[in-house]
Amino acid sequence: MAESSEPISANPVEYIQHHLTNWCLGCNPKTDEPASLIDFSVIFVDTILFSVLIAGLLMWVAYKVGKNLSLEKPGGIQNFLEAILEFTDRQIKDIFPRRSRIVGPLAFTIFLWVFLLNFMDLIPVDLLPWLARWIGSTFFGADPHDVYLRVVPTANLDTTFAMALSVFALIIFYNIKIKGGWGYAKMFLTHPFGIYLAPVNVVMTTVEEIAKPLSLGLRLFGNLFAGELLFVLIALLSFAWVVLPLQVFLGVAWAIYHILIITVQAFIFGLLTIVYLGLASEEQH
Amino acid sequence: MNVTATLIGQIIVFAVLVWFVKAFLWEPMLNMMEERKKRIADGLAAAERGQKEQEEAEQRAQKQLDEAKQRASEIINQAQRRASEIVDEAKNDAREEGERIKAAALSDIEQEINRARESLRKQVAAIAIAGAEQVLKREIDAKAHRAVLDDLAAHI
Repeated sequence: MAESSEPISANPVEYIQHHLTNWCLGCNPKTDEPASLIDFSVIFVDTILFSVLIAGLLMWVAYKVGKNLSLEKPGGIQNFLEAILEFTDRQIKDIFPRRSRIVGPLAFTIFLWVFLLNFMDLIPVDLLPWLARWIGSTFFGADPHDVYLRVVPTANLDTTFAMALSVFALIIFYNIKIKGGWGYAKMFLTHPFGIYLAPVNVVMTTVEEIAKPLSLGLRLFGNLFAGELLFVLIALLSFAWVVLPLQVFLGVAWAIYHILIITVQAFIFGLLTIVYLGLASEEQH
Repeated sequence: MNVTATLIGQIIVFAVLVWFVKAFLWEPMLNMMEERKKRIADGLAAAERGQKEQEEAEQRAQKQLDEAKQRASEIINQAQRRASEIVDEAKNDAREEGERIKAAALSDIEQEINRARESLRKQVAAIAIAGAEQVLKREIDAKAHRAVLDDLAAHI
């Protein structure tokens, strides 16, 4: 797991930083980081690349399975997708007061996509960056040190907030659609303490509503970022052959545990989407 | 750990993905599963109906079998009754016929006796005349004493 040329143990800080830096368009050329926390002149190419690749894979599978649906003899992938779909549909029927056409596909897609994006974390941490470095330096004459690649899109705030904000937009949409504009405003004024504490209510409800997308996005990001970092740290253990067994043991243990984490995180994101949208489309009580 | 224009890109990718999955997987699959549910329910209902029909058919068959048995035994009884009637009739006929034949034979015998008796009487009269002729020889004219002789013969 050594980096291509120099021994990584020589400079672990640089190794970690290199792993946590995105392939970036529009970043500061010196630091390879965006200029500020929120900088819309920057695009992370690796995040987009892997998201689009995995979305493409998902679309291809969805198209294949959707076209060859078998009523009598469902095959392996169809069975698997049917189980997830049925579970999603049952959750929605339990929680949702009315039929909704978008929530099912939304939660279903979130679960599958997030799971696959998270799964990138289980690919050996140095494999794809090393490959990128080799391709970059061999075919494009780039300095190997300037080739950055982060392979886990969900360890990037942009991806998690892209989904969280989409869900937030739908929360607002459903609130206004079901309760009406005035009903939605009234919720801010009267919830949860009644009309006489309206100022408190506005603050409370606003915080409550903002917390929904924030927690959705940060939870997924935090889990995957920590997972990625831990893989990088375990990879650092290869500084001497004596600790190799320890590195292998820790790597296997964390990878196995991480299978659980990536599944649970995908599941939580999907389920909370249903729950939040279910709350949003409840009538005023 | 920054928020960048990638966010916009990811939202677009996400939206397209959701739309695609909805159109090409979620809806067809949900419809298919609905149809499968319906087909299974139909199949179960048909099976139940079939079973019920079979039970009814068995009951009907049993009933027909019972009826047939009953009719058969009725027919056999009737035939036996008829047979004994025929035998009785035949017996009666035979007895009557026998009696008739016996009566006819008796009357024949009676006639035969009468006839024999008549001819015997005539022969006796003739013998008596012949005897008398022997005794009387010429004194008795057969013609003149015919009435006397007949009377005699009648008394024999």
